Amino acid sequence: MNIESVKFRLGKSSGFQILIYVLAFACVIPLLFILGFIIRAGITKINWHFLVNLPKPVGESGGGIANALVGSIIIILVASVIAVPIGILAGVYLSENKKSRLAYWTRLSTDILQGVPSIVIGIIAYFWLVKPLRGFSALSGSVALAIMMLPIIVRSTEETLKLLPASLKEAALALGMPFHRVIFKVIIPVGIGGILSGVMLSIARITGETAPLLFTAFGNPYLSFKLTKPMQSLPLLIFNYATSPYDDWKNLAWGASLILLVWVLFLNIFTKIITRKWKVQL
Amino acid sequence: MESTIIKSRNFNASFGSNHVVKNVNIDIPRNHIIAVMGPSGCGKTTYLRCINRMHELIPGATSSGEMDLNGEDVYQMHPIFVRLKIGMVFQRPNPFPNLSIYDNVIAGYKLNGIKLPKAERDRIVEQSLTKVALWKEVKDSLNKKGSFLSGGQQQRLCIARTVAMEPEVILFDEPTSALDPISTSTVEELFHELKANYTLIIVTHNMQQAARVSDKTAFFFLGELVEYDETKIMFTNPKDNRTQNYITGRFS
Repeated sequence: MNIESVKFRLGKSSGFQILIYVLAFACVIPLLFILGFIIRAGITKINWHFLVNLPKPVGESGGGIANALVGSIIIILVASVIAVPIGILAGVYLSENKKSRLAYWTRLSTDILQGVPSIVIGIIAYFWLVKPLRGFSALSGSVALAIMMLPIIVRSTEETLKLLPASLKEAALALGMPFHRVIFKVIIPVGIGGILSGVMLSIARITGETAPLLFTAFGNPYLSFKLTKPMQSLPLLIFNYATSPYDDWKNLAWGASLILLVWVLFLNIFTKIITRKWKVQL
Repeated sequence: MESTIIKSRNFNASFGSNHVVKNVNIDIPRNHIIAVMGPSGCGKTTYLRCINRMHELIPGATSSGEMDLNGEDVYQMHPIFVRLKIGMVFQRPNPFPNLSIYDNVIAGYKLNGIKLPKAERDRIVEQSLTKVALWKEVKDSLNKKGSFLSGGQQQRLCIARTVAMEPEVILFDEPTSALDPISTSTVEELFHELKANYTLIIVTHNMQQAARVSDKTAFFFLGELVEYDETKIMFTNPKDNRTQNYITGRFS
């Protein structure tokens, strides 16, 4: 073994280390660019007026995105009310019945569902709800988004609960607890950090979804609280206004983009805090 | 004549096609400490888990034969009643990590949704922790999480949790194998205290422990109950060759 070949290999090794360092940094760059770009374009448009006012008709300057903000919150809340209980309980089923046939099919379908393009889910919601009810509605948008949330919640619940030691469940069963109490009083509370972070991530995931809302919630230039009527939402507003020829509307879209971005960012940070804070020390 | 609390007749247990416990007949007297020993894989833990019907929770696990508690077949009772009357302590301490020490002790009531007045709960917690010699150590930190205790304290907390339910029998599945020697001897001393009120069945790997703590010893080998007798006789004058070989350390 001569010294030259060792030196050569050491050189290769440090070259490789630099390479992975650079590539890791490269992953950060797109986010920084997006953030910088949108903050620069959007920050000047945002003020209190912007948050509490409705968009103005073409020709009038000013106006805000209150209807989209309220609409997004309502649509997402309703979607969560639909998806969270189903998702968590299905995840519990998967972690409790690892090998059953139903578990196999459920796992397969959630995996496939995760890959279904969001526009297709929108079409399904259109045929299920919009057509039979003869009208666009916020509810149909919520259902479409709930379908998108499901696989994320199901799988994150399953993965969280699978990591809990079997001894925990045995301890509860040995105290004479019936199955549902074992699940609701022991298994879910101990895994709550992981389960909630899955829920938050699924919300962050659907917050910016436009395609499923295009022909379900449809959009609405006015403030609406009715689930059975069309409702505005942030991504719809951005989609409609950014492609309009009017500068005032484009500015609204920039401001709304920044709000959306901050919203998703906060959800992600919040998720990290929850996971850390609510993690039960085993 | 001492009264029998647990009685097995022709009891068998399997995992799928793997026959783990073979035709066990045993009579366990009330308020005694029974040690169950044998080499790894001899079916002693499986047998123990059949007594409170924990065995059947494993997919593919089956059992047959008679297992009586006070003359009533536990396999005719609802498993929840069985487990309320036959408590269990596990190999590794497993307090509920989301609950305080206090709540861990009354977990059997709290998590089962049994409402008790505060004074009653306080009494149960103090009494149970006193029984397991943990009261003095934790009485000022009852609101801390159970997982902050040391391994030995956690195991005693788990025993307190079981004792709090006032069972008739307590099953111990190698209760000290994850503990250090000092914690082990504390837990062993406990056994003698608990004997007055409960029947203890202790699965152990450790022959010295069986000899130290038990009144009667059962020796399992390859799924069969080879010999079951007074501990003194088992360790001084075993009748079966296999028992003789095991306790003299010819195999383990």
